[in-house]
Amino acid sequence: MAIRHKSVETKYMEERDAVLKGLRRLDRRSFLKVLGATMGAVAAKGLMPPHSFQLITLANAAPDKDFETKSAEGKRPFTFAYISDTHLYERTLNQRFVRAAVKAVEDVNALDPQPDFVLFGGDLAQLGRRAELELGKQILGELKAPVKMMVGEHDWFFDMGEAWRDLFGPPNYSFNWKGVHVVTLMSVHEKDFWTARKMTPEQRMQTVAGLDNGIQSRFEVGEDQLAWLEDDLDKVPHSTPLLIFSHSPLYKYYRNWNFWTEDCDQVQDLLRPYYRTTVIHGHTHQMLFNQIRNISFYGMLSTAWPWPYAPQGLPPLTVQMNRADPFDQFDGVGDGQFEVRPDGLADKIYNLWDRNPVTVKATYLTSRGQLDKPSKPEFASY
Amino acid sequence: MATPEAAPAVFTSNDGGKMADPEPGDQAGFPHDLYRWVLPLDNLERPPEKIALGRALFFDRRLSADDKESCSTCHDPEKGFTDQLPTSMGIHNQFGKRNAPTIVNANFNSLQFWDGRAANLEEQIHGPTFNPIELGMADEKTVTEKLQAAPEYQRAFISVFGHPPNYTDMAKAIASYERTQVAFDSPFDKFINGADGAITDQQKRGWSLFNGKGRCMSCHGWNPTQPTFSDNRFHNIGVSAHKSDFVELARKALRVIAEGGDPQQIDQLAIQTDMSELGRFLVTKQPHDIGSFRTMGLRNLFVTEPYFHDGSQATLWDTIDHYNKGGVQNPYLDGGIVPLGLSEQEIDDIVAFLKSLTSPRYADAAEREYTAQVARSKTDRPQRDVDAAMGIKGRNDTGLSGPFGDIGPGQDQMKENPALIGGD
Repeated sequence: MAIRHKSVETKYMEERDAVLKGLRRLDRRSFLKVLGATMGAVAAKGLMPPHSFQLITLANAAPDKDFETKSAEGKRPFTFAYISDTHLYERTLNQRFVRAAVKAVEDVNALDPQPDFVLFGGDLAQLGRRAELELGKQILGELKAPVKMMVGEHDWFFDMGEAWRDLFGPPNYSFNWKGVHVVTLMSVHEKDFWTARKMTPEQRMQTVAGLDNGIQSRFEVGEDQLAWLEDDLDKVPHSTPLLIFSHSPLYKYYRNWNFWTEDCDQVQDLLRPYYRTTVIHGHTHQMLFNQIRNISFYGMLSTAWPWPYAPQGLPPLTVQMNRADPFDQFDGVGDGQFEVRPDGLADKIYNLWDRNPVTVKATYLTSRGQLDKPSKPEFASY
Repeated sequence: MATPEAAPAVFTSNDGGKMADPEPGDQAGFPHDLYRWVLPLDNLERPPEKIALGRALFFDRRLSADDKESCSTCHDPEKGFTDQLPTSMGIHNQFGKRNAPTIVNANFNSLQFWDGRAANLEEQIHGPTFNPIELGMADEKTVTEKLQAAPEYQRAFISVFGHPPNYTDMAKAIASYERTQVAFDSPFDKFINGADGAITDQQKRGWSLFNGKGRCMSCHGWNPTQPTFSDNRFHNIGVSAHKSDFVELARKALRVIAEGGDPQQIDQLAIQTDMSELGRFLVTKQPHDIGSFRTMGLRNLFVTEPYFHDGSQATLWDTIDHYNKGGVQNPYLDGGIVPLGLSEQEIDDIVAFLKSLTSPRYADAAEREYTAQVARSKTDRPQRDVDAAMGIKGRNDTGLSGPFGDIGPGQDQMKENPALIGGD
């Protein structure tokens, strides 16, 4: 059945008309009161230094004084870039997210020097259709550097990964790169909630694609893959730095939104003997970082849209990104790079497209926020 | 500080006439608090003598290397304090790369120049004074010597500042004069203050489109901190994308700036080279600023034509055609630039609304220009691309095509929303 869809934009225009009609009814006195209150609020937030009232405040990277020295001495520094959560619809339906994915590819291709590889962080597609994944493969095919693919739930639950495997191979794998052991996990398995409900593949996909949805089960790495990981790590000495890629955060952030991996404790237990471990995840579409024991976690930006921060469970070390401009498709989204240091820890650059980039040093996390604190954006968050 | 009894200096330069007189402060919509808050702390006092001195300096041709140009060459009060040229001409008939912004209401810009390379008007004056193809003065010492050679300035500077002329105080005096050019009191301001009949029904429709479908307000929003309709931010709207390879140009710029990077070098790159098109990037060196220029205010647009940083658009219909088709695609295009699906009638309405932002001083000139632009809009529309604007085809040969949500009438409104397929 065709549904006449009224977009946010249409609703906005209707609301705006209503407000404008209301404004005309406002008498002069109340109108000036509204203006006065707004100006007071702006002034109180320190947004108006004497001769400037630029309304953007940017988080700045802490200057890095010793990285170059360390790089020169060490044997391991390398960089990799990432693009994540592009959520592509078929080209004939929506070109907004296509445009953002193309922009990310152009962005990464403009890096000089080029990164060693590009991690794709999952959710290439929006509704798991083959045509969406093929479009994504075509766009990512323009990247100059080699691409390492990771799967997200939006890529998977229409055909349970059939098209994705055809196009990109197995969803979990490991490799060694310049002395670092890299593992990509498939962290978005779910227990069967669809058979009993007699759901079609479309309905199953649609359910998983919802953010706040009690019907689906929680993400998990699963017992088979845990066994595979244990076996894979068995050959890796504890002194080797680990880089783990997972689509969902391998810790417990907010269960209702599946910002969560149910069996993450078991994964963390396997990673615990390693001295330097960095876990990089997609899915949450926001600046997000966390430190649990020896493990540093970073969330990647999406190219499609920013999620608001969840109402509880936000890791305390996270410096929140500013509220995004709702009219600006490229605000609050972007791509990024990781600079793997000689010691195997990774510094993270959040390349927010319409803001200045923010660097989060590995030492900020490993020192539990005592060193190299990224400066806080002045604006209130979501 | 001058005392009221001090005899006023008699200046020899042209005073610019009536159109250059300071504007009154009792205008509808004049943001008095904001005006005071944005004054620089070291130039707060603005007695009439300082303003008169600044006005004389503003029109004085001796402040150029060939004694033929002054500030008013490019900021002509008869032309809304612009030159109405695509890009400006300085000494020896040399053209720069940027369109001269008006000084009217420039006090409210959080940063000056198209790329924000000066913090305030005092600092802005440094640019054209010493740029070799603008006023072309050699250095501050030369300026000071020229001023000291003029007896009327000797007297006036001593009266206003308590010491003989120097460059820094000259800039303060000129900036103080420029701050007298504040133009509000437009039909729109009266409308907002409650006079429902101050603007026409067409202009009301335009104001609604401005805030709604046209999305103008996402950068040109009007509110107490943005009385001139500018968010004071920098955006790449794809004006010059078709003539620049931004990535290559940016790399070249970084190499050049690495060897210098002082304000004078940035000024010369901006005015005299192709790197001008990099805009804000030359100042910040942040990739997201590539091809970005400051959002201009929208008051008195019908005396400041042509439009955009390179003066590339002759009429407001052309500028709206540019936005309507979603700008020109480039990797740094601002995320807010999307096809708008505006019809001809809607474009006409928005332009009519923009005319309601005209202050009394410029009303006659604006009426003439509006009539001329209306006529031109019927025949000459180089930027018009209806299919792109309506979302019927992709923009600018990007190979992308398809409708954009429900923005344009080209969208099949009955098409099933894919996000709802199979949902509960």
